[in-house]
Amino acid sequence: MNTAVAAPETDPLLASVPPAIQLKGISKAFGPVQANKNISISVKPGTIHGIIGENGAGKSTLMSILYGFYKADSGQIFINGKETQIPDSQAAIKAGIGMVFQHFKLVQNFTVLENVILGAEDGPLLRPSLNKARGVLKQLAEEYELNVDPDAIIENLSVGHQQRVEILKALYRQADILILDEPTGVLTPAEADHLFRILDNLRKEGKTIILITHKLREIMDATDTVSVMRRGEMTATVKTAETSPERLAEMMVGRKVLLQVDKKPAEPGKPVLEVENLRLTDEKGVERLKGISLNVLAGEILGIAGVAGNGQSELLEVLGGYANATGTIRVNGQEIDLTGKHSDGQSRRARGIAHVPEDRHREGLIMPFTAWENTVFGYHRDPKIQSGMLMDNAAIKAEAAAKMERFDVRPPNPKLAARNFSGGNQQKIVLAREIERNPDILLVGQPTRGVDIGAIEFIHQQIIRLRDEGKAILLVSVELDEIFSLSDRIAVMFDGQIMGERIPSETNEKELGLLMAGITDTAHAKMPASPMAMSEEEVQEAAEIEADAQAESELTPEVPQDAEAPSETEVKLTTTDAGAEVAPVEAQVDETAPDIRTDAAPDISADDETKTEAPAAADIASPTMPHEEPMTFSTDPVDVETPPAKTEAISLGSLSATLTQSTPERPKSPDTKSDPIKDPEEGGKDG
Amino acid sequence: MDFATLLQVLDSTVRLATPLLLACLAGLFSERAGIFDIGLEGKMLAAAFFSAAIAAITGDVWMGLGAGILASLALSVLHGLASITFRGNQLISGVAINFLAAGLTVLIAQDWFSQGGRTPSLIGAGRFEPIILPGAAEFAGVPLIGPIYAELISGHSILVYVAFAMVPLTWWLLYRTRFGLRLRAVGEAPEAVDTAGVSVVGLRFVAVGICGILCGVAGAYLATALQAGFVKDMTAGRGFIALAALIFAKWRPWYALYACLLFGLLQAVALRYQNIDLGAFVVPVQFMDALPYILTVVILAGFVGKAIPPRAGGEPYVKER
Repeated sequence: MNTAVAAPETDPLLASVPPAIQLKGISKAFGPVQANKNISISVKPGTIHGIIGENGAGKSTLMSILYGFYKADSGQIFINGKETQIPDSQAAIKAGIGMVFQHFKLVQNFTVLENVILGAEDGPLLRPSLNKARGVLKQLAEEYELNVDPDAIIENLSVGHQQRVEILKALYRQADILILDEPTGVLTPAEADHLFRILDNLRKEGKTIILITHKLREIMDATDTVSVMRRGEMTATVKTAETSPERLAEMMVGRKVLLQVDKKPAEPGKPVLEVENLRLTDEKGVERLKGISLNVLAGEILGIAGVAGNGQSELLEVLGGYANATGTIRVNGQEIDLTGKHSDGQSRRARGIAHVPEDRHREGLIMPFTAWENTVFGYHRDPKIQSGMLMDNAAIKAEAAAKMERFDVRPPNPKLAARNFSGGNQQKIVLAREIERNPDILLVGQPTRGVDIGAIEFIHQQIIRLRDEGKAILLVSVELDEIFSLSDRIAVMFDGQIMGERIPSETNEKELGLLMAGITDTAHAKMPASPMAMSEEEVQEAAEIEADAQAESELTPEVPQDAEAPSETEVKLTTTDAGAEVAPVEAQVDETAPDIRTDAAPDISADDETKTEAPAAADIASPTMPHEEPMTFSTDPVDVETPPAKTEAISLGSLSATLTQSTPERPKSPDTKSDPIKDPEEGGKDG
Repeated sequence: MDFATLLQVLDSTVRLATPLLLACLAGLFSERAGIFDIGLEGKMLAAAFFSAAIAAITGDVWMGLGAGILASLALSVLHGLASITFRGNQLISGVAINFLAAGLTVLIAQDWFSQGGRTPSLIGAGRFEPIILPGAAEFAGVPLIGPIYAELISGHSILVYVAFAMVPLTWWLLYRTRFGLRLRAVGEAPEAVDTAGVSVVGLRFVAVGICGILCGVAGAYLATALQAGFVKDMTAGRGFIALAALIFAKWRPWYALYACLLFGLLQAVALRYQNIDLGAFVVPVQFMDALPYILTVVILAGFVGKAIPPRAGGEPYVKER
């Protein structure tokens, strides 16, 4: 069973080849909810077909039907032109369908090999199966860049590697059709890049790939064709090359969506939040915060960028009052307690620090409780809602209803349990609770994680509104797009330290990506003539080595000496010629993923070029992003030409926009507050 | 304490550890598959009664053993129906089984034998007799090794040897076979098993079935080998001590053996030294009898460290996308 693919070079354009997958009139209802309505779709073999839609649009249901998890109420499934019944997963596997679920189906304390053979063993004894799988895995690894240590225990692997195991599982079962459900939601940008390279290799081998996502950028970058789903219906299927992110977004949401953040230049005032030398060592003795110092001024948004797990969460926890640290925190010039009775979340709120936590399910809401109950947590001792010894529930409910109205929470029913709201509406409830108390400082962690496009728009507006009211806002996000579009200043965290601060208009994603990988001297060695001189590959490599290093000690990234050294030398080797850049670093990249990681790099360095070379620029920009920028929003470089001084929002231009705008000689002028909004590509279209 | 006494205590340890070991391995199969089973006690009790009753009636201990296994298996299927098929709460189902067994055994015993809820004493072929291993008598004279062989290793009933043989067998099954791989997987991540096209329900029923058989052997051993007949509540919490040993062993077969031997030793010591005279003060017999249970609590509270149960343990599997 050499999945290792003896797959013939199927020409996807051959008219005679039947579609790899054809669904006809698939319908599925869960009780009164029609999850899929009469869906028909046809996927050519050897292509990457994207399915995009908001949460709850029915994408996952459709794929679950294809994988035998659910049975369709009606409709037919054709695999390679033959009608196929898929009553269970076993039938799907037999039909050559492999699925990589959003939440991996791996046994955490098994080795990679054991996971791969589980359910596909050759006989009652394990040893022969394990030996065979070891060989097959080696072959697959070489063929598709699917490198994973076969003897590693899953729980010690990074998420990216775990995902590779899932892909290996499917390939080991000789899948020809691979379905990936929101594959990049949990990946770092570097891991996502690698994934898309793998997918491209698979496509070259004639595999058919269905990519389910709500991230427009991924669709634009990776797919050949795309189908849009909305409310259980397939609204359109188009060639990716013939559409645009705006168009897709409109089809997804059913109305025009503002894919940009409108914001005025910040008018920062005095420091409201001052943090000095904050240190935190966790219970395992690992130092999570290594002397963090930062200030947030009134009326500005300080964005903290960084790969997840570099201390951002801990920083929020300390500031929010549920982790103990040493150091100094001052609010409006007054020091606050870091330990003891007055260091808890409630005390922090009393001092004007509101906190929208990173994980709304765990920290932001109590899911089984009603919305109105959730709107008072943390503020439940407010005298305004007390009535004698009891709480004035009627007042709380009335207030909750008003808040939900103002924050456009749907459905606006305060009696509904928090878990019954969609992600975006849950986040709005948390936001309403925290913002409506008129705090001086707002801590926001991952404000749009798992939130629909429409809600993202709203949430971003609220954060900007609060800033314009003169509040100090500390934004932590792993979505670099979001950081760019909202922040007035950006601080990059790596390994519990602030690696540097940048003004959004004066930096670019490459530079931030290097900082996020712990490489600080980007100013000199790294950015010779133009920022473009950095080959994406190098950045990518550095980031990946770093990511891999992290995999070992999950949350404690080591200072990556190993990552630093190579990338530095590589950088020096590079020229501004893209081809030359790529070559020394990783030769195979060239053939493996030419369409994704194009050689258009040099084009981007000039503003005017970008305009003409727009698609190329967009192409290159996103998948190559070193660290941050988790491929949320696709970039359409239409308005890229916006000159650096312009303060209007730039919309999706995101990457290409930032790349082009950043001034090559890296100015250090600190007084750039007048034009801070240069590259606010709409960020975090995360749904 | 002289050598002979030590041997006697150890010999007694082996005999007392055997039911614990069987029950512990039974629990291991079930819990490794993700089905928590606090009904070990009840299953042992039911098996003890039915094995003694049938052995007393037929005069054939093997018939008794079979009846014991069947009784325990029946309760296992009940547990499986409740917790796997109907996705009920596994703890509640286990508690119910314990109550059911405690009440039913005495009731039926009284109805059948009218001896106050006990079975008649088993004699002759109605009991498992000690097996004298070949050469035991000859080697007895050899210093050190001789007595160990003759006293400690030889002279136990067949079920003791079965129990000890189950340890390597269980290890081999779990870690070297396809069945073991799937069993461990279904207790850790049933969704992984399901998406791999293997039946979660089927695997779990098999595991629960093995658990029932081993509990049946454990119960039969109590009533037909360790003692001669069934008395009310004769398991005396052994099912729970076996569960404690299972946690202590962190769900691993070899460690289960060591843990059960430790608990067996505690019981043996308590039996041997009923009243300890410390000169000014005599340790009461009640304290010695309670000692194994007290130490169980102490060990579990203090020495286990981080015991990570199978991740899907106690959770009924509901398919979700």
